[in-house]
Amino acid sequence: MQNQHQSPSAVLTPEAIAARVAPQDSPARATDDVARYALGLGDDALVLAQRLGSWIAAAPELEEDVALGNIALDTLGHARGLLTYAGSAWDQTEDDLAYFRDEADFRCRQIFERPNGDFACTIARQLVVSAYFTVLYRRLADSADPTLAAIAAKAVKEVEYHLDHATLWTVRLALGTEESRRRMIAGLEAIWPFVDELFAADPAADAVPAAAVAPAGLREPFDALLLPVLDQAELPVPGIAAVRGGGRLGVHSEALGPLLAEMQVLARRHPGAVW
Amino acid sequence: MTEEPRRETWPLWEVFVRSARGLSHVHAGSLHAPDAELAVRNARDLYTRRSEGVSIWVVPAAAITASDPDAKDAWFESPRGKDFRHATYYTASQAVPHL
Repeated sequence: MQNQHQSPSAVLTPEAIAARVAPQDSPARATDDVARYALGLGDDALVLAQRLGSWIAAAPELEEDVALGNIALDTLGHARGLLTYAGSAWDQTEDDLAYFRDEADFRCRQIFERPNGDFACTIARQLVVSAYFTVLYRRLADSADPTLAAIAAKAVKEVEYHLDHATLWTVRLALGTEESRRRMIAGLEAIWPFVDELFAADPAADAVPAAAVAPAGLREPFDALLLPVLDQAELPVPGIAAVRGGGRLGVHSEALGPLLAEMQVLARRHPGAVW
Repeated sequence: MTEEPRRETWPLWEVFVRSARGLSHVHAGSLHAPDAELAVRNARDLYTRRSEGVSIWVVPAAAITASDPDAKDAWFESPRGKDFRHATYYTASQAVPHL
């Protein structure tokens, strides 16, 4: 069909980034500082994608399997672009970074590694992280670093849809039955201690102020997106203290290790395997 | 052993996708969704993953009245042999030059 695959070249794919940074002396390679920043963002997306992937064949209905699977694949796409770019500074591929780093080398914020819980808990996490990604990528699209700006420009359209998906479900669960409301509140309370860390200082961002988005500045636009949804869903903002955080420094909760073990076992047992 | 409570299933929706401006919406398939807003999003995820569409309609399957599939002969056999219903049946008269 003529109209299919409209101008795919307008979108910067992970493969295109890999090709661009392949030559040893390529000016498109990330500097060490920018790579450290991209690594944190890439790990956030990678770990979330891995979490969401486990909903496939386990969601309440087949249609929701596909919806969460699509969101997982979008998110994995962001991770691939960011990790490919980060790896260019250190002669590493996206797979090297995804499969052959250990837990302490991961830089994801802890909210992304939170267990899925029930469907409402996953929706609560999706609501928070999609609002965060939306404000982050909107700003990162103006980054002085052209590769980060291009990755963000593509990602922002996708995460806006993820936010829409999470918003619809949040409202339905919160205002549905007594049981769905109970679960939605419990899910939001389970995720809330990890919200503040999203806006905590990131040394990697501070090192490259022109390329990066300062996390603290995202709190206000994040609240402007999220709070009206909670209001619409008649959900109280949980009054729960934040956890210590530290994901950007390699400090993780007990949830990350098993996730990585499952994600990495195949690549580690059969190094270089392709299919 | 207690019997598991019967799980209510979501209602069925029929999905129509328009592939490009100027074309009609075409029936793409059906899906389950709890309401119209989620149905149109599920349709986006199920039927437009490969850039198939620029517009989606969803219709509750229960709202569609269909012809009886068992009455195909009575309904659709009749036009056979009635070629005079097609324009090609008629030959142009030589006296009409610009037809």
